[in-house]
Amino acid sequence: MAPDAGSARDTDWDGVRLHIVTGKGGTGKTTVAAALALALAAEGRRVLLAEVEGRQGISQTFDVTPLGLTEVRVAHAANGGEVFGLSVDAKAALLEYLQMYYKLGRAGGVLEKFGAIDFATTIAPGVRDVLLTGKVYEAVRRPRDHRAKGPGAAPAYDAVVVDAPPTGRVVRFLNVNHEVADLARVGPIRSQANSITAMLKSPQTAVHLVTLLEEMPVQETVDTIAELRAVGMPIGGVVVNQVREEILTLDVLEAAARNAISREDVAADLKRVHVRATDAIVDGLLSEARDHAERVTLERTEAEVIAGLGRPTYRLPSLPEGVDANGIREMAETLMTQGMA
Amino acid sequence: MGRVLDIDALIGDPQTRIIVCCGAGGVGKTTTAAALGLRAAESGRRVVVLTIDPARRLAQSLGLTTLDNTPRPVADIDDTSGGSLDAMMLDMKRTFDEVVEAHSTPVKAEQILANPFYQAVSSSFAGTQEYMAMEKLGQLRLEADRDPDNPRWDLIVVDTPPSRSALDFLDAPKRLGSFLDGRFIRLLAAPAKAGGRAYLKVFSAGVNIVTKTLTKVLGGQMLSDVQTFVAALDTMFGGFRKRADHTFALLSDRTTTFIVVAAPERDALREASYFVDRLDEEEMPLAGLVINRMYRVSAPGLSAARALGAAEELGDEESGSSSDVTQGLLRMHAIQAEIADRHESLAKRFVAGHPGIPMVEVPAASGDIHDLVGLRAVGGALAGH
Repeated sequence: MAPDAGSARDTDWDGVRLHIVTGKGGTGKTTVAAALALALAAEGRRVLLAEVEGRQGISQTFDVTPLGLTEVRVAHAANGGEVFGLSVDAKAALLEYLQMYYKLGRAGGVLEKFGAIDFATTIAPGVRDVLLTGKVYEAVRRPRDHRAKGPGAAPAYDAVVVDAPPTGRVVRFLNVNHEVADLARVGPIRSQANSITAMLKSPQTAVHLVTLLEEMPVQETVDTIAELRAVGMPIGGVVVNQVREEILTLDVLEAAARNAISREDVAADLKRVHVRATDAIVDGLLSEARDHAERVTLERTEAEVIAGLGRPTYRLPSLPEGVDANGIREMAETLMTQGMA
Repeated sequence: MGRVLDIDALIGDPQTRIIVCCGAGGVGKTTTAAALGLRAAESGRRVVVLTIDPARRLAQSLGLTTLDNTPRPVADIDDTSGGSLDAMMLDMKRTFDEVVEAHSTPVKAEQILANPFYQAVSSSFAGTQEYMAMEKLGQLRLEADRDPDNPRWDLIVVDTPPSRSALDFLDAPKRLGSFLDGRFIRLLAAPAKAGGRAYLKVFSAGVNIVTKTLTKVLGGQMLSDVQTFVAALDTMFGGFRKRADHTFALLSDRTTTFIVVAAPERDALREASYFVDRLDEEEMPLAGLVINRMYRVSAPGLSAARALGAAEELGDEESGSSSDVTQGLLRMHAIQAEIADRHESLAKRFVAGHPGIPMVEVPAASGDIHDLVGLRAVGGALAGH
């Protein structure tokens, strides 16, 4: 198994080598996956960050040139750690697979010419997902030194992080075996799908969910966890992203919600520090406070729903500057402090 | 600020027959489509909204509690202007089944529906949703046009599938077309048609390699399922192709218009950018861009920096209970003003990169939207009120 010699700290996911990150669109799952990869790479480790939807989210997150078909380093982490990036391409994965297992050579070209490759990667059901997850499977199992094989060999990557499809599609994506079971009852596609599923369902894997403290993303998180559980996928942590800093005390929030903050007092305070206390500004501030109180109440409800899931939960603060390369590092630090990596 | 997207002019124009809402996942596409549909209906249009994968409570607000692949009237809308609103949720498997049933003999249809390959394609294949959304759109348009004097609908609002990429929706008909025209389909269809390998010999030497490899990789049984499926569908392929082409033509028609939906985030705007460029390339009619969830402050006269400065000054005073409250309000305002500024500058940058594209911003609501009242408010914001 993976030598864990470099690990000086206890994390919640020791022993997990494949981290799958999903979340509803707009929750920031790509950034969280990137931050997790950086956090895992600390202390001199090698981590692969893979995307499977061809969005080039990784290269944009790390501000490097678009990823091609090879794994390239996209970031350095502490103490010589490295994050490599890969945009998994179904077609390339198929050709590589055919070459690796069938030594196809010329036939690959003929298949391509006949449109068979396109058929397999875009039209045939499930095959695309088998190929994409298959490439991830290969990366997890790849030995560092290709001559050294077997269970004792050091792996090429200490961990692999996948920026997976969003919550709506992720279970279907991961449960490839189920997809192809009706189609390929025997044969190599079937056995490949079986091996992939075995790894995905093993304790080496964890599926993490990214959410915001909003109704729809939280609902999708709850639904997805239930779906993952139903198919026997190992559920990881819940990452609550873009958590707002709490500025107003509970008293003030309650007063704001009840319209009980004194206009006159606020206006007098503003005047003392030479802010033009026009009606527009005073009423504006009070109405912002009211909206904020409403939002905080909703967020509390959603936070309770998440707590009720009983999963390790991590909170990433909202970065008012937006997320850039430095923001990712900050997020990685936070994840480490909270024990995710 | 560039040109403003005039939603009321758009939905008020009887020439506008189809509005397609597209954009990245999680930007509020479905809400936008539903709000547009409601506003158009309440202004007198006869509208049908085709949604793909609505959030549960939004679906409920539209009365979409059953998934039966048929448009149903939305209750409780204001119909004083003579409009109507129907809504439906796409059931892709059902849509596919109906296509099969409509275009083949009962015996053949039964064969196809029972084929394992067909069952997988129709319920789970990654592109089926896009094809079937297109198919349904075509059907709705036909239904709308059936009686030109008294059309059931005069406006169709479509919410596009949450695709891997927003562009998949546009590519679906072409991809299907190139597959149907391709050599591979003929190769697959051939053996079942001609009854065996002998026929294949006349094809080319490559065929053997392909078949051998496919058998090796897919397994003989899957290959033969695929072949039976393709052969069974063969007779209806022409129809498929024709309708896919027809729908694509419909999308480039001047009675169709696209609205690109985005949120003020880098990724969503990048996706919007791709989409705008792509529509331009395909010469598809783009009405404009909707940026949802724009953060706005209620006291815009006070800048973030000034608010923060004032809060610090108050903090230096002897502490008193009311100035603590004011301090909190100022700090909160500073943070919100900063977010609002960032959203504004992201929007400005988009406009600068795409000059001439009409745009409208929808302010962030403090809660989720899941009833007609909420949708009406979004509709108002879309129209700039």
